[in-house]
Formats: sequence, structure tokens, C-alpha cells
Amino acid sequence: MTINETSAKTGHQLERLWISLAAVGLALAVGAVVIIWAGRSPLLAYYALWDATFGSWRGFGEALVSITPLIFTGLSVAFAFRTGLFNIGAEGQLIMGQMGAAVAGYAFAGLPAAVHVPLALLSGALLGALWGGIPGVLKARLGAHEVINTIMMNYIALYFTHYLVIGPLKGHSYLPVTKQVLDSAKLWRFIPPTRANIGVFAALFMALVVYFILWRTTLGYECRAVGLNPDAAEYAGINVSHKLVVSMMISGGLAGMGGAVQVLGVQHRFYDMFGFTGYGFDGIAVALLGNNHPLGVIAGASLFGILARGSQNMQSMAQVPRQIIGIVQAAVVIFVTGEYAVRRFLERRRISVSANDFVSTTSGRDSR
Amino acid sequence: MAVLNKQPAVELKGITKTFPGVVANDGINIKFHAGEVHALLGENGAGKTTLMNILYGLYPPDSGEILIEGIPHTIASPLDALKLGIGMVHQHFMLVHPFTVAENIVLGEEPSQKRWFLDMKRAVRDVEKLSAQYGFQVDPNAKVQDISVGMQQRVEILKALYRGAEVLILDEPTAVLTPQEVEELRQITDNLAKTGKTIIFITHKLQEVMAMSQRITVIQKGRVIDTVRTDSTGPVELARMMVGRDVVFKLAKKEQAPGSTVLRLENVHAEDERGLDALKGIDLEIRRGEIVGIAGIDGNGQRELAEVLIGARRVNMGRILFNGQDVTAQGLRTRRELGISSIPEDRRQRGLILDFSLAENAVLGKHHQTPFRKGIRQNIEAVREYGCSLLARYDVRSAGISTTAGSLSGGNQQKLVVGRELDSDPDILVAAQPTRGLDIGAIEFVHQKLLEQRMQGKGVLLISLELEELLNLSDRLLVIYEGRLVAEVLPQDTSEGELGLLMTGGKKAAEVNRV
Repeated sequence: MTINETSAKTGHQLERLWISLAAVGLALAVGAVVIIWAGRSPLLAYYALWDATFGSWRGFGEALVSITPLIFTGLSVAFAFRTGLFNIGAEGQLIMGQMGAAVAGYAFAGLPAAVHVPLALLSGALLGALWGGIPGVLKARLGAHEVINTIMMNYIALYFTHYLVIGPLKGHSYLPVTKQVLDSAKLWRFIPPTRANIGVFAALFMALVVYFILWRTTLGYECRAVGLNPDAAEYAGINVSHKLVVSMMISGGLAGMGGAVQVLGVQHRFYDMFGFTGYGFDGIAVALLGNNHPLGVIAGASLFGILARGSQNMQSMAQVPRQIIGIVQAAVVIFVTGEYAVRRFLERRRISVSANDFVSTTSGRDSR
Repeated sequence: MAVLNKQPAVELKGITKTFPGVVANDGINIKFHAGEVHALLGENGAGKTTLMNILYGLYPPDSGEILIEGIPHTIASPLDALKLGIGMVHQHFMLVHPFTVAENIVLGEEPSQKRWFLDMKRAVRDVEKLSAQYGFQVDPNAKVQDISVGMQQRVEILKALYRGAEVLILDEPTAVLTPQEVEELRQITDNLAKTGKTIIFITHKLQEVMAMSQRITVIQKGRVIDTVRTDSTGPVELARMMVGRDVVFKLAKKEQAPGSTVLRLENVHAEDERGLDALKGIDLEIRRGEIVGIAGIDGNGQRELAEVLIGARRVNMGRILFNGQDVTAQGLRTRRELGISSIPEDRRQRGLILDFSLAENAVLGKHHQTPFRKGIRQNIEAVREYGCSLLARYDVRSAGISTTAGSLSGGNQQKLVVGRELDSDPDILVAAQPTRGLDIGAIEFVHQKLLEQRMQGKGVLLISLELEELLNLSDRLLVIYEGRLVAEVLPQDTSEGELGLLMTGGKKAAEVNRV
């Protein structure tokens, strides 16, 4: 029974990597079939896709712009997930973060950039944390399911900020936008003329922070314990409700900071998009692709960012409708989840079959 | 017995089955005869259930033959098995709770009228006829959720009989039953055997094997050690065959006078998850150096009692005193730090985090204390070191400190839990079903540790469904029934029979009524 167990952990991680890579390959193949069906050349299309990011510094810079918010939302979803929470609300938290950063960005004049930038980033993170914390408290106190409440909070954020930019915080004569943030709050763009900014380093740094919290702190240990087995965590004296709230706040804070980076580095003001940005929802797919691990999230966000960036180029260079990329993205997610599902199913079966005799079964309800 | 000379109803010839890394069945030969109750005895992991799952068509053997009435058959699925007249009653029942007994029994083979309509009247009639035939007492119109566990088991057996089972496999059938229900089950299996059915009875309990079977096949590590007649063997011999060495049945327990009171419950009331009264005024006292046993049928408030003690469940009324200090309002963590430890009844659900590494599990509950915590950081090195030392000191066999708790066998999981809890040197240990599902070796280990606690002047509350365990270990025994402690007895003055009666709410002249 004990064979392969020593190498099981690393083997497991490696296997997941393979699954993800295989899923990407398969998804591209599906995309190719659709492109051929549409009467276009998949080779040219995928060349255009590649070229959009890796063909020039300009392209690379803009790809970073697409990737950065996805890292934040991916980390947000992943952190909550590690605590056993499904945060569908990264979208709303990101929107609130955008608003927080925009206001802090134009309201405080005369600050040096070294103070103003962190202040504006933290304002965004704080508002996001608040926005995530509310469903967290509802879950901890009333047992209200966070999926429903985070979805609702998305809409509240969307329409609340909409009200703000056409009402009290309107900063333009006829557009639904806030005032522009001051120069002292803007993030440095390091590949001019692209909008690539140091926000991407903030994202990478936060990935490190998330790793550190989850696997190097007592808080992270407790959060993961709650995520894996809340009953055992409670028996070990861990305050489960408290962890749920804290985790949702950290999760919301990450998404909120993503929104802040978007405003301070790219948009320079909050504007009403008349709909969701999609970053929060893509963050769910990114976290899934990345197996809820910070490194995986960076990889997943990069893939999704590159695909999003390349879709325009594909349209202009290879006359392939950009919606094809939507199909590829969807296919990646389906193959990854499908692969997990199949493997999990097989594992379950193997476990339940051998569990009948090799592992003690009398403790019963192990099929969580 | 004459039957032995006839054609066996089922014959297993050279059955071998390997799973990755382990040989579950190694060339097993057994003959099962019609008209007998044949026990398969072995420790957990010996390969009994695997063997029966092969016979029931749940998975194919790597090699070997299955002969039914002398004819070789390939059994590829439970459906094939049922067609050949083989039925199985699993340890965990597979019943639809809101359905009636009759509905459950006919499920999948419902009698119909005019092709499309369910003929419930006929179903009820069929069930009544069937139960009368074998001396079952079941009400076909009762809902399964309202009947006792013993009754549910009979429904499972009837389900198999309804499908025409001639060979009936019972997987650990007595695990969930009271002594009285075990006796009733014995009568049922005897009746079935008399009508020519073949009963195969899987268990690791020696007493029940002795009481219920005519022949016994002992399996150890996937091999048949021997098949013996029950009337020509005894528990000691069986245990030796099962484990491969001599087993100490009764651990030496030195007489010692209990010390001061360490834990006291005064009129404690609590509710269960559904908001129903689960504890209705518990008065309880545990002193240093004694093991207090709680006997009762599952679901009479034992779990709630354990949870109230460790602080996992709110007390509605009454108070809990620990070393004279009122801890009623204290949470789990504070009580743990004060010195209340527990072995939860469900180690996989509450004792361990199966996806955590052994090291992470070893510090669970003390992870927030030095040296495992350094500021906000976790001291990974200290956690690892402690984990390694715990595994060594409590003889937890594993493939390394980084493997997950889920990869351990049941016995080793329990050793890890027991080790972790005892290592914090608690004043009181609440042990709920500490030997549930363990094999003899691991049970011995746990019992040894509980007695050590007693020797060291600690208090132990032992909640168990195993009467033998309670009688062997406890200094005093309390019987819990419907949320009340209804009797206190001394183990040397009572018997399993009397306890069984008290557990079902019966009264005895000798009892001390505490309410």
C-alpha cells in the first residue's frame, strides 16, 4: 500500500502540470478545427496569436496589461478556494477597488508618489476587502452561501459605481467617468508607448505574498485546514467563522488591488463600462487552471492574457473572428475540468474499492 | 455434518487479486455449503471484503475460478451475481430512507400491473409472505427512516431474498447492532440456513463468530490460514490464526483508588443539530486515575456529550467544572490549553485532515503554540521535527513525514490521533469510539494507552459501543439512554446482557437511578 508514496506529492504536481498543458494543446486543436471549418488557415491564425504578444516589445507590453488584472483576480479566487470558499465576487471587488483607487488617486493633491501610489493601491484593496468581507460575515454568521451573495455583491458594485460616476463623483461634463488621477498616483509605465506598468510587479509580488501566507504562516495553515476539513479544524480549536471572514477579506483585497492597478496604471480614472469587466470571472478559470496555486495562477493568467491580446491580431491578420479565442478559452477550461473530473472519478473508484478492505471503513462518511 | 459431503453451493478456487502494491487475495480456496453459516474471519485489511466483492461481481479476480453448484461462472457484475442467486448486504446500508420497507425491498424489481403501473398492493403482499416465511418481523408499510438499525438490516436481507438469493453475504453485520439485535440476527441466519440457504458472514469479532457460525475460515494477509468447525475451536486459537501471534485479551489493570475530581458536569442540557434535546440533564463526575465508561446504543447522546465536554457544542443549561473552574463558556481552544483532550469518534472526519501531511496533522490543535509559531509565521522546521518524533514515539507506520494522513491505514491514523492528543499531557481524555474499525493489534495499542493515562492519574471518559471494551477498561460504567444517564454499574457486577437491557431503557433491580 505504501509504494510510490514518497514521490507521490511531486508526482502529483507534475501530473497536474501535464494535464494543464495537454488541455491547452487540445483546446488549440479544437480551435484549429473551428478555424478550418470557417475556411481560414489555423497556422496563420496561430501565428498571428503568437505574434501579437511575442512579435514586438509593444505587443509584449500590452500583453502584460491584459495579464496583470487576471493574476490579481486569479489569486483572489484561489485564496478563497483554499479556505473552502467559492468567491464568484472578484468582479465586484475589483470594481470597488477601481473606484477606491480612482478617488484616492485624485482626491489627495500634493503627496509624493512614494506615498500616493501605495495609498491609492491600499484604498482599492481596502474597498475590495470590505466588499469580500460582507459575504464572508454573512456566511460565518448566518450560514448564507457565499456563491449567491458574492454574485449579488457584483451587481451592487456595478450599479453603485454607476450611480457614483453619473452622480456625486462625476468628473467630466458629459461622460460617466471620475476625474483623472493625479500624476503622483500613476504607476510608472516602463515599456513606452505601451501601457505596461509596474502593476505587473505588484501582481507578482502579491503571488509571493499569497504563497507565504498560505504555506508559511499560522493563519494560512488554519485557512487551509478549514478549506480541507472544517470539522477537524473546529475540533482542533480553530475559529472557523473567523477564518471564513478573514479569508474573504484577503480574497477581496487581492481583487480590489487588481482594480486599483488597472485604474492607476492603465485607465487613470474610473469609467463606467456599462457592464462587467470580465476579469473577475476569468479569474475563476485562471485559478482553476492554476490549481489554486500562486505559480499556477501566474501561468493561467498569462495564458488567458496572451489569448485575449492575440484575438484582435488574429482578426486583423488572419481574418479569423476573435470569438474563436473565446472558444479556445472555453475549451481549455472544459478540458482541464474534464480531465480532473475523469481522474478524480477514477481515483474515487480506486479508493472506494480498496478502501473496502485496506483502509478502515467503519468511520464511514469519507465521501465528501 | 452431512452437508459437507455434498456439492458445495459456492466454491472459490485459487482466487488471486492484486492491487497496486498489495496482494489482497493470494490463491484463496474455500467451499461454502448450503445450509450453513460460514464465517470469514480476519483483521481489517486481511482481504475478506475483497474476496466477497469478487464473488459479488464488483471486480474481477486476476486468476482463479468461481464455481456455483459445481459449474464455473464468470461474475462480471452484481447483476450477474444476483442472477446466480448471490446477494450481499453491505456494511453501510443502501436504503432509500423516505420510502417504506416494501418500496425499498421491491426497488428495481417492482411488480407492475398493466405494464406501466406499480402494483404496490402486490409488493406489500409479497413482502409479508417473504418475512413470514423466514420469521422476520417487519412492517412493510413503515418508513425506513422510522425503523431501528437492526430492522433496516432485516430489510436489506429481505431485499436480497426478494431477488431470489440462495447465497447471502453479510459484511460486518453486527457492527451496528445491540447484543439483543445480534441475538435476533443469529436466529434469522439460523432460520435461513435451515431452509437451505448459504450464509457467508464477514467479521473480525471473535465472540460473534463463535456464537453464529458453524464453520470458520480465517484469512490473514490475503491467504487462507485454515477452515475449522466452530465447535472444535475457541477464541484464543482463532485470534492466534487471525493475527499470527498470541494476543493479550485482557490487559492487566492494577487496582488503584481514584483521586480528586477533575471534571464535573452539573445538570447539563444540550441540543443536537436538528434542535432536539440530545442531553437532558447530565450529572457526571470523573476523578483522577479512573476510566469512566459510557455505554449506550448509538445515537443516544454520546456524541453530544463528547462535544459538550470539549467545547464543540453549546450548553443550554447546567455547567461544566474542570479542576474546580467553570469552563462552560470556554471555547475549544481554551479547554484544550487547560488540559481537555479528545479522540474524536470519527478520525477521518474530525480527528485528521486527510489531505494534510503527517507533520501538519501532528501539530493540529497546538499549531498556534510555541515552538510551532514564530510571530505570524509557522515554524516549518519545528513542525517537521515534532511530527517525526511523534511518529516514532507512537509507532505510526508511514512512508514519510510528508505523506498525507489519508495514505495511512486506519490503525496508523488512529495512532497518530491518539499520540497527538496524549502528547499534550491532558488532565482528561475524552475518547469516543477509540477502537472503532481497528484491528486487534491497534486495539491493543489504544487500550494500553488509555490504561497508561489512568496509571498516571489522569481522568478518562471512554465512550464506546463495544461492551467488551467498556467492561474490560472501565472502573465505573454509566449507561446513557435518550440523553440521560440512566444507570451506573460496576463492570465486575454486571454482564453484557444486563447492559444491553439497560441500554434499551429497561430497568434492573440492581440499578442506581441517577435522574
